[in-house]
Order: sequence, then C-alpha cells, then structure tokens
Amino acid sequence: MENIQNFQILWFVLIFILLLGYAILDGFDLGVAALLPFLGGTKEEKDTLIASIGPVWDGNEVWLITGGGALFAAFPHAYATAFSGFYLAMMLVLLALIFRAVSMEFRANDPARATLWEKAFVGGSALAALLFGVALGNVIYGVPLDGQMEFRGNFFTLLRPVPLLFGITGFVAVLLQGVSWAVMKTEGALQARSFKAARILMWINVVTAVIYFSVLLGTFPRLSGNALFYVAIIVTLTGLIGLFFSLRKKNDAAPFWESSFSFIGLFLAAGAAQFPNLITAANDPNLSLTIYNSSTGLYTLQVMAAIALVGMPVVVGYTIFVYRLFKGKARTDNHY
Amino acid sequence: MDALLLARIQFAFTIGFHFLFPMMTLGTSLVILISESLHLIKNDDVYRKITDFFARLLGLIFVVGAATGIVMEFSFGTNWSQYSRAVGDIFGPILAAEGVIAFFLESVFIGVLIFGRKRVSPGVYWVAALMVFLGGHLSAFWIIVANSWMQTPAGYEVSAAGKVFLTSFSDAVFNPSTIVRFTHTVLASWITCAIMVSGIAGYYVRKGLHGETARMMLKLGIILFAITPLVQLGAAHAHAIQVINTQPVKAAAMEGHFNTTRGADIYVIGYVDEDNEKTYGIYIPKGLSFLYNFDFNSEIKGLNDVSKSNWPPVNLVFQSYHIMVALGMIFIALGLLGAWLLWTGKIYTTKWFLFLLPVLIPLPHVAHETGWITAEVGRQPWIIQGLMKTSAAASVVVSRGELIFSLVMFALIYLLLFVMFVLLFVKIIKQGPAVS
Repeated sequence: MENIQNFQILWFVLIFILLLGYAILDGFDLGVAALLPFLGGTKEEKDTLIASIGPVWDGNEVWLITGGGALFAAFPHAYATAFSGFYLAMMLVLLALIFRAVSMEFRANDPARATLWEKAFVGGSALAALLFGVALGNVIYGVPLDGQMEFRGNFFTLLRPVPLLFGITGFVAVLLQGVSWAVMKTEGALQARSFKAARILMWINVVTAVIYFSVLLGTFPRLSGNALFYVAIIVTLTGLIGLFFSLRKKNDAAPFWESSFSFIGLFLAAGAAQFPNLITAANDPNLSLTIYNSSTGLYTLQVMAAIALVGMPVVVGYTIFVYRLFKGKARTDNHY
Repeated sequence: MDALLLARIQFAFTIGFHFLFPMMTLGTSLVILISESLHLIKNDDVYRKITDFFARLLGLIFVVGAATGIVMEFSFGTNWSQYSRAVGDIFGPILAAEGVIAFFLESVFIGVLIFGRKRVSPGVYWVAALMVFLGGHLSAFWIIVANSWMQTPAGYEVSAAGKVFLTSFSDAVFNPSTIVRFTHTVLASWITCAIMVSGIAGYYVRKGLHGETARMMLKLGIILFAITPLVQLGAAHAHAIQVINTQPVKAAAMEGHFNTTRGADIYVIGYVDEDNEKTYGIYIPKGLSFLYNFDFNSEIKGLNDVSKSNWPPVNLVFQSYHIMVALGMIFIALGLLGAWLLWTGKIYTTKWFLFLLPVLIPLPHVAHETGWITAEVGRQPWIIQGLMKTSAAASVVVSRGELIFSLVMFALIYLLLFVMFVLLFVKIIKQGPAVS
C-alpha cells in the first residue's frame, strides 16, 4: 500500500461513501421537509413530521460537512475548483442550508410567524435537495476548465439539460426518501396519506431512473463494459421493485430501506461514470481533474485514512445508538 | 473596492458572526454538564430545571452556529481557492478530522439533549450532556488547530514548486500556539457563559421569579464568573508570551511598539500614529518587558525589525487588543465582587448588582470579537505567517460582481438571523425554566 494510487482510490471510495451517507440520511430530512405541505394536513401533523426528523437532522448534516472536509483533505484542487467555480450556485446552496436549519428552530419558538418559517423550511430544503444533484451532474457530465484547473464557464453553464436531469433524479429520490421515512414514523391519516404519496413517487422514480441510466449510458458509452454500472441498475431496480410490493402490503418499515437501496444504485452508477475523474473537463479530457492529478501527498492521505477508518465506525456506532433511542413512531410531546 | 478586499470583508463578517455562537455553545454545554451531574448526584429537581432551560437555549444557539458554520467550511473553497490549493495537505485533514472526531459527536448527541428528556434514562441523558460537551470542545480544538497553524505553521516542508507538504501531522496539530490558544479561547467561552448565566439568573432573582431555581442558577453562574476570568488571566499571559516569542510583529502591533528596545513600556490606553511611528497614551514604564519574563530590562522586538509592507494595521490591532484586556480586567473585578456578595449571602438582595448582571451579557462577546480581530488582523499581511500572503490566497475566478452579490446576501440573512436570535433568546429567558 505504499503506492499513492491505492490511497487516491481509497479516498475516492471514502468520499463516495460520505456523500452517499449524506444523501441517504439528510436525504430523508430534506425530503420530509420538501413534502411537508403535501403530507401534513393540519398543524399537528406537520409538527409530527418535523418531530420525526428533529432529533437527528443535525447529525445527518455532518455527513456533508465531513464529506466537504474530506474532499478538501484528499483532493484540494477539486474542492477549490468546484467551490470557487460554481460560486453563485454554492451561495444558493448555503442560502438553502441556512434557512432549512434555522427555520425549524424559529418555527417552534416563534408561533406568530410559524407559517413564514415553515415556507422557508420547505423552500430551503427543496432547493438544497435539487442543487446537490445539479452540482454532481455538472462535475460528472463535465464543465469547461482551463490549464490552471480553473472553471471557465458561468452560472448558466451549470443549468444544461444533463446536469438538470441529475438534479431532478436526485430530487425525486430525496422525496422518496422523505416519504418512506414518513411512512415509517407516522400513524393514522398522516400515514395513509404518506403511503399514497409514496406510491406516486415510486412511479416517478421508476421513470427518472430509467431516463437517468439511459442518458448515462448514452453520454458515457464506456459504461457498457463496466460491471459496476449493471450492478447499479440492478440495485436500483431491486429497491424499487421491493418498494412496490412493500407499499402494496402496507409494510411501514421496509420502504425506507428499499428507497435507500434504490438511491445507492443511482450513486453507484454516478461513481462508475465518474471514476477516476473528480471534475470532468468538457472542453478537453486532458484538462480533467482526476484523483491522480488533484490529490494531496501520500502522507496526508495515509494520516487521513487512519483517522477515517478508526473514526467513522465509531461515528456509525453512536449514530445507530441515538437512532435507536428515538425509534418507533414520532411523538410531538418530546420537544421541550 | 477590489475583489480581494470584498472577499476579506466577507470572510471577516461571516466568521465574526459565526464566532458568537460557538462561544456560547461551549460554555452552555459546560453549565449543562455541571447541572446535569448535580441532578444525577443529588436527584434534586432544581438542577433538572436548570439543565432543561439551558438545553432549550442551547438548541437555539447551536442551530444558528451550525448554519453559519457550514458557510465557513465552504468559504475556503469558494473564496480562498488559491489558499486551499496550496495548503490542502495540512488544512484539509484538520478540517476533516474536526468532522470525524468532533462535530459528529456534538451534533448526534445534541438531538438527545434537546429532545430526549422524556425518552431516555437519566444516565443516558447525562452521557448525552457529556458527549455534547466533549464534542463541542474537541470541535473547538480542531478549529483552533487550523487557525493556529496559520499563525505558527509547523510540521511541513515547501517543495521546489512552492507547494506545502505535510511532514509531521503531530507537529502541525501541536504547533507552537495550539495549546495556549485553545485554552485561551475555551476560557473565553466559559466566561461568556458564566456571565450569561449570572445575567439571566440575576434578572430572575431581582424580579422575584423562579425562586430556588433562579437562586441556584445565580450561585452556579457567579462561581463560574469568579473563577474563569482569573484562570484566563494566567492563560492570556501565557498566550501573550507565545505571541512575543513566535509572532513578534503581531506582539509589537498589539502594544504600538516600533523600535526594538530593552525596558519596553506597556500601554493602559492609547493611540498609535502609524504614519509618524509614534504611540501616545498612558503607560506603565518598562511594564511590557517586566511582564514578558519578569525582567524590567528584557528586550522586546519592535515593528521596525521588518519592512513596513509586512506590518498589520497597527492602530486597529492595538485598540482591539486593549479593549479585550480592559474588559478582561473588568470581568475579574466584577467576578470577585460577585463571589464576595455570594459568600456573605448579600447577593440575592443587592439590587444594583443584580441589575448590572444582565447588562454585562454582551460584553464578553465584545471581548472575544476584539481578541479575534487582534489575532487575525495582527497576522496580516500574511494568511499563513511568513509563508503565504493574504493577497495571493483568494479565488481567481470569482468576480467582483459575484462578491457584491454574496456579501449583500450574507448581510441580509445574518441581519435577519441576528434579530431573530435576540428576539427568541429574550423570549426563552422570559418564559424561564418554569415551562419545562
């Protein structure tokens, strides 16, 4: 393992896992929030939905923060190029993340303006969920880069059809995460409504997944020889088929896992299309930022690997512990 | 204004705003840990009420801190991409370690602290309080490591191509200023919350609200208020020595000290005329030399040892530093006065002191903000002391127009957050511990 390439590949995989963890975990927070006006008929129902994510969303968001930190540590050029290049888009992401975070707390403490904070919560969550997919779509589909690894497009470069398709695919996957979480954590009329919405969103996900995989294959013909791409398709299809049957049987626990499984497939396909690139140069493949030309030194990658491989299992351990403390149907009486 | 200046204003503004909240988080987590430990030991409901009240407050503080903290992590890439490219080898792993080792811990367990009272056993609840305390302080540790490395870089080599390479992670983490700056910053946070707790409790006691709970809260607050500024005096002294030893230009700017001399004076209050290189004010003769190593004639390096182009804005550093020190001295005096009133049992009836306590709540924030300005402006024109200039660190593709947009955006959002925070902070205090 003295060869630096092994560590560059390891870090590609670890960042992949961190972003996947973020998508699955904060995915359901963002999804529940974005669906709040559609699922929650009354204020009590909305309170229940928010209570279902209240104790856990903070920790879920750290997957993004750690993913960002890991990208900085392992591939600083990719971090620097994407964050400075997509400047206005990143500012919108921050705007969305700030509002979705504070408006939850403000809504609880400021009943006079609760409707306003609720709108900020819903809007911020939905915008964040959409933008993450667009951002990933851009680095995979490719953006114009120069010889100094700098982004040479503008805000509208980011809004091309293929990256937008990534955004929509990710967005509806997040909604499915949210609705299947709601199915698991609620009861009665609210749960019945969530089941109904889950069925609709399942079919929408089937459609977007088919388009997504087809477009990926059309854009990157090399994927036709990549076993991982087929695994990805099978994983997503298995998840969605399982979901179909679970929803028919009114199983309230399985849909969340099946939705997550289907999300993993979407990510695997993106990873298969992207490796070993981090930011594909649309203008000239030789200018692409790859894990080989963008990484830190061997020693940094080794130190970080040690911290991550010891630290992350501990994190996963206590995260499971805390989720178990709040398992079962969401209750609104535990807020203060 | 050029793009570089706009980027610097944006960073100063967003970090200055963010800093308010972690400074409240750490101290509040300490207060919660203390009261929850007492609750577990004594099984007295008064402590549970105190814990629950501050857990509510912490929920508000933490969420604004977390929301504004993400901005900081993004900002190295969005606004300081040349810096990020140059120091990814060292700065990146420190930020990543903060996530893995610290912020996860704090964020996962804070959910238990805020939502878990009726769901978990007292033992588990106490563990959550401990984990939030540990996670928050570890988080502060890694962030201070990152910043200290910019002050006193260590554990690296510079390649022929000018790229910074990590050679020893432990040397980089425990660089010459990490420990002393961590101690100084954590104590500042504890002082902030000692005064916050005393202020809130002082208000309750003066108004005759919340009976025994308010009196216990006041006792807890005053004890911390008496101890923490005194301990800070020692930590701050150690920090000042470290700055004189490892960042002599910053130290000289803090005192407006232009020429290397033996028997350097220390200013109580003053003004620095940078153009004419003179400092006016009231000073203690040979005071700086004496404080440096208790020798009235020890040598203190002056600003003129380096080219004027490598000076920070001297008067700004001088004034920020002196405001911080003056406030620190006031805190020591008032903390000791509070302790004496508590000892003699007069505190619950000394109306003017109870009236004064809530008024003090913003002052520690002024102290830590001016302290932070001293540390960061005092390092200029370097982004990494002696290694990289701030002017070489900014993103190259971010335009002036984009920066104006983002700066206006942050100004508006943060104004809204600030107003809402203050309104809800006051509202939660007015509701008091009784509602829980």
